[in-house]
This record gives sequence, structure tokens and C-alpha cells, in this order.
Amino acid sequence: MPRKKRGAGEISTGSMADIAFLLLIFFLVTTTIASDKGLAIQLPPKPDPNQPPPDVRFNERNLFKVLINSQDNMLVEGEPMDDASQLRERVKEFVLNNGRNPELSDSPGEAVVSFKTDRGTSYERYVEVLDELQGAYYEIYAERLGVDTKTIREINNAEPSLQDRYDEVKKEIPMAISIAEPSKTGGGS
Amino acid sequence: MAKFKKKAQASQDIPTSALPDIIFMLLFFFMVTTVLRETDLLVLQRIPKAEQLKKMEKKSLVSYIYIGKPKDTGRYGSEPRIQVNDVLISPETIVQFVNQEKDKLSEGERDQITMALKVDSEAKMGIVSDVQQQLREANALKVLYSSVPDAGAVP
Repeated sequence: MPRKKRGAGEISTGSMADIAFLLLIFFLVTTTIASDKGLAIQLPPKPDPNQPPPDVRFNERNLFKVLINSQDNMLVEGEPMDDASQLRERVKEFVLNNGRNPELSDSPGEAVVSFKTDRGTSYERYVEVLDELQGAYYEIYAERLGVDTKTIREINNAEPSLQDRYDEVKKEIPMAISIAEPSKTGGGS
Repeated sequence: MAKFKKKAQASQDIPTSALPDIIFMLLFFFMVTTVLRETDLLVLQRIPKAEQLKKMEKKSLVSYIYIGKPKDTGRYGSEPRIQVNDVLISPETIVQFVNQEKDKLSEGERDQITMALKVDSEAKMGIVSDVQQQLREANALKVLYSSVPDAGAVP
């Protein structure tokens, strides 16, 4: 009785691609490429109950006021403004005034941007305006250092010389955006 | 003089033997870059757009707080709520949450903790401000408003 011929001992690899595809599609669907990006701010520390709040006196000209009400309408230095994109130029002009225009700031070191919202203001509007305010400062820094704003935002001790210069500019022109506690006038939750 | 033999026709098939390797390569890429979602979102999230984005350098220092309208409006109502981990909480418990998160970090890193606020565009500032007051209370002063890059804008 002749023995049956044995087939070659191989695993068929034809379906390998299909299996790999299946896995690939699974990871494609579940993947969320790390997107930890956003606007960074620093909250003020908790007020000390034993110490009375410091008596801060601001010269009116050193304060750049941005107000948003519960209807998302914006008031910049007492005048209504609809389009937030003009804000950036205004802030830059205000900060870099150096005492020329008597209505704007004395020096960049004293300039403070005050940003106040209402409890009814939408978060979208808040982020939009905060974005412009921070953008103005980043543009000032970028111009001083002769790099683009993207480099400024992604600065992280990788280049010590640039970092040192950045720290110096920041000392001279601090990013003074004061975010006030929202008012309650507009209702909201 | 039919001396010229026709050349044997070259095979028209594309060799597919390398296909699995290519696919595997793609597979490994996505396996490495993938982050499986750890938390189930109970609130709606439409992250606002912004331009001046900063990247978080150290992921281990970041904790997330989600704010938005609950998806299950029948059960949780339609007012924006705060979610941490897998539960909806009231603003008062945020201090406790921050302390828990701080305990996970080493001694030296505790004051560097960053709270990433993932807030829905439609939420109001009221609730965001309540959260911030609690964060000040808990001494977690670094805050990141998560936002997505504005596609049409110049960076």
C-alpha cells in the first residue's frame, strides 16, 4: 500500500495580510494621537485670610480693560468691539507704548491687561479672547528675540541661550493678563 | 529570418509577498502611537479652537477635568456638569480629587501638577470659574485650557 504523499508542512500566509489589516483598522479606530495642547495660564494663589488684600493703586493708563458680558459682547477700554481679531494689535500698541501716548501704558513693565467675564459668558468666547491676548504677548516676545511665535510657545530649555534671552525679555515685559473673577450680573449658573 | 525570439512576457502581477510586512509596519506605528481611552466621557465635548497653543511637556503631571452638558440628559439633567475619572462630581469635591492626583506624584513634582480643563464650547464661564476657585483652594495653580488648533489660521 503506497503511502499518501504528505503536503509540504507550510502554513499558508495568504491570509496574513488580512489579519494584519484587521488589527490595523482596530488601532486606527481606537487611536487618539496625543493632543495635549491648550492655552496655559497660572492661577493666582489662594488669598491669605490673615493678611488684608494689598492696596494696589494702578494708574488708569496702565490698565487695559477687556470686559465680556453674558451676551458675549465685548467692551475694550470702554468701547464696544465685535471682532476679537483687532484686539491683538490694540494690546501690542498698549504694551509697547513706553509713555508716548498719554492714554496708553507708561512702560511695558507696568502695563496690565485686565480681562473680566460674566458667569454667563460662553467658554468659547472666553477662549477666543484669551487666545488673542496671549497671542499679542507672544508676538511681542517673538519680535524681540527675532524668532517666530511658534518657537516661543514651544521653548523648553532645549536651547539655553534662547531660554536665557527669553527670561530676560519676560522680566522686562511680563505677560500680565489678569483674569478677574466673573461677575454675576448676567444670571447664568 | 525569424531569429528574434519574442521575449518572454514579463509577469504582470504586482508581487504581493511584501504586503503583510508593509501592513505590519503600519500596524506597529499605530500600536505605538495609540492611547487607549481610559475614561468614558459622560459629558459632551466640543473643544474650542485657539491658536496660541502650548504643548504639555510631561504627561504624567497632567490631570483632566471635563466640563460640559451631560450626554444622558434624562439622568443628569441638561446643565453643564463636571466629570473627573468616570464620575460626575460637584465643584466642592475637586479639592479632594486634586489631592488624590497629587498623591500619585512624587514629592518634588506635586506643585507642578497641571490641570487640563477640557471644556465644551457651550459651557458658561460660571462653572469654569467655580472649578478654578476650587483649584486655587487645592493649590493646583497651573491650568491648561485644552483646545484644538485652528485649521484656517496662520500659526
